[in-house]
Amino acid sequence: MPWLILLAALGCALIPYWTDDVQLREGLLLAAVYVILASNLNLMIGYAGYINFGNIVFFGLGGYISVYLVSEWHWPLPAAAVLAGVAVSAVALLFGLGILRLRGAFFALATIGINEAVRQLVTNFEPWGGASGIYLAFDAYEPLGGPMQALWIVYFLVIAVTALSLLLSFAIKNSKFGLGLIAIGQNENAAATLGVPTPLYKALVYSASAVLPAIGGGLYFFKSGIIEPGGAFNLGTSIEAIVMVMLGGPGTVIGPALGAALYEELRGALLTSDIFSHLQLVIAGALLLVIVLFIPGGLMGFIHRRLAWTRRWLE
Amino acid sequence: MSAVLEVEAVSKRFGGVAAVRDLSLRVEEGEILGLIGPNGAGKSTVFNLINGVYAPDRGRIVFRGTDITGAPPYRIARLGLARAHQIVQPLTGLSVLDNCTVGACFGREDLPLEEARAAAREVAAEVGLGGQIDMPAGQLTTAGKKRLELARALSARPHLLLLDEVLAGLNPAEVEQMIDIVRGIRKRGVAILIIEHVMRAIMSLSDRIVVLNLGSLLAQGSPSEVAADPQVITAYLGAAEPAQDAERTP
Repeated sequence: MPWLILLAALGCALIPYWTDDVQLREGLLLAAVYVILASNLNLMIGYAGYINFGNIVFFGLGGYISVYLVSEWHWPLPAAAVLAGVAVSAVALLFGLGILRLRGAFFALATIGINEAVRQLVTNFEPWGGASGIYLAFDAYEPLGGPMQALWIVYFLVIAVTALSLLLSFAIKNSKFGLGLIAIGQNENAAATLGVPTPLYKALVYSASAVLPAIGGGLYFFKSGIIEPGGAFNLGTSIEAIVMVMLGGPGTVIGPALGAALYEELRGALLTSDIFSHLQLVIAGALLLVIVLFIPGGLMGFIHRRLAWTRRWLE
Repeated sequence: MSAVLEVEAVSKRFGGVAAVRDLSLRVEEGEILGLIGPNGAGKSTVFNLINGVYAPDRGRIVFRGTDITGAPPYRIARLGLARAHQIVQPLTGLSVLDNCTVGACFGREDLPLEEARAAAREVAAEVGLGGQIDMPAGQLTTAGKKRLELARALSARPHLLLLDEVLAGLNPAEVEQMIDIVRGIRKRGVAILIIEHVMRAIMSLSDRIVVLNLGSLLAQGSPSEVAADPQVITAYLGAAEPAQDAERTP
């Protein structure tokens, strides 16, 4: 399984590079960002059974910290992104210890609240450019050998973070920590009676699910060259990430990645069509409804049911 | 003999209802203590107080010398106090083996995953679930789920096992098997506190019996003493004069 992940990542990294296909690279980069979001969100939804509606806050906050460090303090991009990951994850741990006392709908509401609160805070935070955000000057790309080369480097880094996301998901799923989380997701009271330290585990997974999206956000917004509150803390993207997880199969390692790739394709097709370009979220909502009603296990659940032998090989 | 569990003058109210009043009891090392009483006597509440689901309003609970009053369930479980629920709570999506592995992983011995899995496999076989080890827990029969509750609790290798009506809903043959399993557990030196409505079973299993009525202690003693106690007979069957109703504050 880990080899499969590494192989796929290597393929995604090298094919557009060898063929020098910039369009393919851009498509894959967007898909990879979605895979990062969905895979890490799956740690919460699929394993611990908590729906984090405000998951995009990690991505946005990571982006802001990273872009700020690069633009104002001239940090190298990898260092800035890693620091953003650590910082956001630490903040998430603190928040997690607080809001994870809530369950079900109340937890979901609290996560939306956090995203909106951070968005407002950043909108009024002058060092980060307030409502208009931060623009990266062209010379920010010089340390990476100019804009053209920087785009390739960012792409490879994003693919690396994507692979790390899937490896993290795999490692957690096959650990004692993961078993405890899945027990919480199935029945939190029973898990506690069996000795699973529920408050600690929930806070830890909330924090773990923040690291890589924050790093990914740093890379993505560096590449964009601009970050502003509306784009960074977009609740719509948060909800799309939930759709991806549900579509691919919550609680599996591969599922969310499949869901993300599939959704990205669908979204691309919808955005370029005249009729549907404004209905993207409507379609996402309808899709979510259909999945929850008819295929609650998502794609992977469907595959596992139809082809039992895949259970051993595809987690 | 030293006590595994000491419950000292514990009380718990829910709003105006006194669910448990000034209750004291001891479970000795290696003992099976039966906890009986009419419906609503507060038996399950006593379990919830012991394993930390509720914190008592007053009183103290000591487990093997450690004060566990008000501690959360997962901490109490780690100390070696396991519980099988009356209403079965399987982790439905997980296999029988994984259910037991959770018990072994997070129980008293805090085993790493692979060792926990091996221990869980043993325990599952011991309670007769060896053949269904890869089955999702949700697909087990009622009897199977009861066994799973027991296996999961047992996988933690506890010092004390709380069994809440593990015989309810089983047919006579299954009851016999379950009684044998419980006896087997006791042979390994695990103390057991058991709530049961099947009188014949609890009378033959228990070393001592505590009778609860309206949240307080009504009688205790050996099974034969308790069975002959006129107060107990009154509580179960009613007296010639109407029994006093549950005490409520206005």
